[in-house]
Amino acid sequence: MGKNPKVVQREEVVVKFAGDSGDGMQLTGSQFSDASAFIGNDLSTFPDYPSEIRAPQGTVAGVSGFQVHIGHKEVTTPGDQADVLVAMNPAALKANMKWVKPGATIIIDIDNFDNKHYKKAGYVEDPLHDDSLDGYNVVKAPITNLTRDTVKPYGFDPKTADKTRNQFVAGMLYWLFNRDIKLGEDFLNDKFKSKPNIVKANTAVLHAGYNYAETIEALSTTFLVDPVKNKKGLFRNMTGNLATAWGLLAAAERAGLELFLGSYPITPATEILQEIAKRKHLGAVAFQAEDEIAGITSAIGASFAGRLAVTSTSGPGLALKGEALGLAVITELPLVVVNVQRGGPSTGLPTKTEQSDLMQALYGRSGESPLIVIAASTPANCFHYAFEAARLSLEHMTPVILLTDSYLANGSELWKIPNTEDLPEIHPPLVKDNDENYQPYRRDPEKMNRYWAIPGQEGLRHRIGGLEKEDVTGNVSHDPMNHQVMVTKRKEKVEKVADDIPELEVIGEQTGDLLVIGWGGTYGGLVSAVTDLQKEGVSISLAQFNYIHPLPRNTEKVLAGFKKRIVCEINMGQFVSHLRSLYQHLGFRQYNKVQGLPFFISELKAKFMSVIEEQQPGETKNS
Amino acid sequence: MAEVIKDIGTLTKKDFKLDTSVKWCAGCGAHSVLSSIQSTLPETGIKKEDVVTVSGIGCSSRFPYYIDTYGFHSLHGRASAIASGIKVANPNLSVWVMTGDGDSMAIGGNHFIHIIRRNINVNIILFNNKIYGLTKGQYSPTTPKGSITKTSPEGTIENPFQPGELTMGAQGTFFARVVDSDPKMMKDVFLQAAEHKGTSVVEVLLNCVIFANEVHKDITGKDVREDHQILLKHGEPMIFGKERNKGIRYSCNRLEVVTIGENGITEEDLMVHDATNPDDSMHYNLVRMGLPEYPVAMGVIRAAESTVFESMMHEQVNHARAETKIKTVNDLLHSGNTFRIDD
Ligand code: SF4
Repeated sequence: MGKNPKVVQREEVVVKFAGDSGDGMQLTGSQFSDASAFIGNDLSTFPDYPSEIRAPQGTVAGVSGFQVHIGHKEVTTPGDQADVLVAMNPAALKANMKWVKPGATIIIDIDNFDNKHYKKAGYVEDPLHDDSLDGYNVVKAPITNLTRDTVKPYGFDPKTADKTRNQFVAGMLYWLFNRDIKLGEDFLNDKFKSKPNIVKANTAVLHAGYNYAETIEALSTTFLVDPVKNKKGLFRNMTGNLATAWGLLAAAERAGLELFLGSYPITPATEILQEIAKRKHLGAVAFQAEDEIAGITSAIGASFAGRLAVTSTSGPGLALKGEALGLAVITELPLVVVNVQRGGPSTGLPTKTEQSDLMQALYGRSGESPLIVIAASTPANCFHYAFEAARLSLEHMTPVILLTDSYLANGSELWKIPNTEDLPEIHPPLVKDNDENYQPYRRDPEKMNRYWAIPGQEGLRHRIGGLEKEDVTGNVSHDPMNHQVMVTKRKEKVEKVADDIPELEVIGEQTGDLLVIGWGGTYGGLVSAVTDLQKEGVSISLAQFNYIHPLPRNTEKVLAGFKKRIVCEINMGQFVSHLRSLYQHLGFRQYNKVQGLPFFISELKAKFMSVIEEQQPGETKNS
Repeated sequence: MAEVIKDIGTLTKKDFKLDTSVKWCAGCGAHSVLSSIQSTLPETGIKKEDVVTVSGIGCSSRFPYYIDTYGFHSLHGRASAIASGIKVANPNLSVWVMTGDGDSMAIGGNHFIHIIRRNINVNIILFNNKIYGLTKGQYSPTTPKGSITKTSPEGTIENPFQPGELTMGAQGTFFARVVDSDPKMMKDVFLQAAEHKGTSVVEVLLNCVIFANEVHKDITGKDVREDHQILLKHGEPMIFGKERNKGIRYSCNRLEVVTIGENGITEEDLMVHDATNPDDSMHYNLVRMGLPEYPVAMGVIRAAESTVFESMMHEQVNHARAETKIKTVNDLLHSGNTFRIDD
């Protein structure tokens, strides 16, 4: 033991773990993330998993991956390509070769690289013996055999023994990244608290991996990524779904209300339901409904009864909730709908990301049915926008759709822990018992919201429902002019929310050659690409929208400050259509991708440069 | 709008009346259900402000607009789900779902069986007129097979649901049947429904004078009702008939109508109704009794005890609150793995 490795300082490193979906790569990935956060690296992660729980072993379709981007510099995406790839079998290697940087270190479990596995993975040539891996540092580690040897004393069957292989990998990476192996032990102690034998076996394998890495020649260079430069304070590693759930809990607390979540399990939104179900100790109730419709309608009932009411779902579920959303619009009850977008239409790509529910969120209801639509843009700021969704909903008495997506929901990043006392208090327009002036549809003259009288309160009995209501009194009314008045008031109420949201920020100069426009979950990729180009002296700025309806007051001013505008979306052009309809005098280019994947920084930079370098400055509708 | 808040004990039927005009057809059975509910509520001992009526869509679902309580006229079929949310959010409220056979058996069938399965303490009054009234006369899931309606010009070819069977199938703890023309029966049963802990389903055999007039006539007709109905009362023998000489006995694994005084039959041979039996097999048999072989069972057929969803939910909440070290969201944010990053 004890070779003297060369230590290379790196600003950032991307590591990808890939294997069968049962190989525990997600666990190894989060273990590596935690260890990185512990030593103070900035962090962005993204799991990539098949929609089947156990897709056919050894096949490309069954590959499950977890990508971690760590940095001494700030990182905003999980990274385009990996510096280190761990491939537990040939399928994992095949599925990931195009996401690996030239010269990358590729760690493979050589015990799985045999003809049987090649065939399953669809390899015709043995990839270890053709030239496809030339130029990479391939580490052929006998992971399976060494792991089995290590756990022999524990008397596991081969299946259980193989489940600990991921710790061999973890051990190797602790060495490769000059990490204290104690962190890995702590992780295991915490993870398998109640199973001491499992902890012991996994710890032994962890050490075996570490020792193996230390002895082999192929790993003669190790990485050192120093703590992140511009971040200080107390952080945690947050996924978007967890941040969403916690933001809602925080909003309930700041509003002095209890949280009610009515929801039906659906990928990729289910973790929100699971998380709230764990939070009864904060007074939260998670009602797992019989279907998506009961998810939202139970929430509407809870809202009527005075709770902060939420329903969480993904695209197809939002479609099922459309009718009930109309009811929330006309009854003017507060309600937050979290839509974690995924690839569609229909069941589509349940585990992959997309931004294709924007039009559905804006318009997917019968009648004139305006509501607030906002979008989170990073995993951690799902906390802030979930809080905002609840605040706006409660204070303006309207349903709000919060759009996140699979990429944000499952991805994670370091999040500076706020103090909840620094969050704004939320003041829903409640009514005092026996208020003589209470009328169900009397409105606040400024914000135009109606007031919230709750069953059980004395002297405020009233009836609401889906039939059109008479202005002020709330009695059922079929009067044509009254309908016009009510439709207009509901619309104006939502538009006035623009007074209560921040202005659109521009990253970079307020004027210039090209304004990159994005919304929601594309922020990480877009900001990396734009700031990279800014550093190269390119006149380019970014406007990332979080408030979609209503738009920030300064939107038009920001858009008009640039010679060219390009709207980038993980859909076929929904936001750009919306902007075109609102700002017909401005031209918009568009850049769209629907591959279930986020944007890569490299493709964005290339696109932006080609737009800037276009000879003809005239605006065209399509790029 | 200022009103004097009355003590619970002094509430009367009048306190639940609104001066809006009731827009059901003259002669519609719904009028008498409304009147019976209004006279039941003062006797439940529930504060007026704590009563919430929730409905779906259909003739019956206009109900909340006609009664002076908190009311929610919601979406077609969704009243049970909305009521579930209301009751779980605030178990202190007395929640009444007003629904019809189309609303709860067709479009809202899923919510209907699931609220029952969870045993949420809500009272469901099911106005069963066996037709779609508001859309003017199409067959519903309870329309008798072969009926001619606007959408079944040659007669329906669907097997109808029995709401009682569906309730038992969903592990219902309370099922009762009443007729719209018997206010005393309604009030008596509505009170028991209100007292029951869990989902109470009361099927009202309701006459739609416009689209299914006299659909229940064989059961409710003045001349036949004593012979064609049996009013079940917990703890009492099952006797019916104009002469009060007919009864139900259980022999050879089936129910049988017998006549007291014939073939040596005495009251001793008759079944005594046990509504509280947790085993619902006999209730199932009673619910299915139908003409011409049997009289139709009325009154509270099943009222069994079981756990109530929202009570257990709030027990779990209280327990979790008492046990936890994480009392606030701030505690939560700082729990588990956190990382301090310094220079
Ligand atoms: S149509 Fe029938 S059910 Fe509807 S109100 Fe008239 S009588 Fe009653």
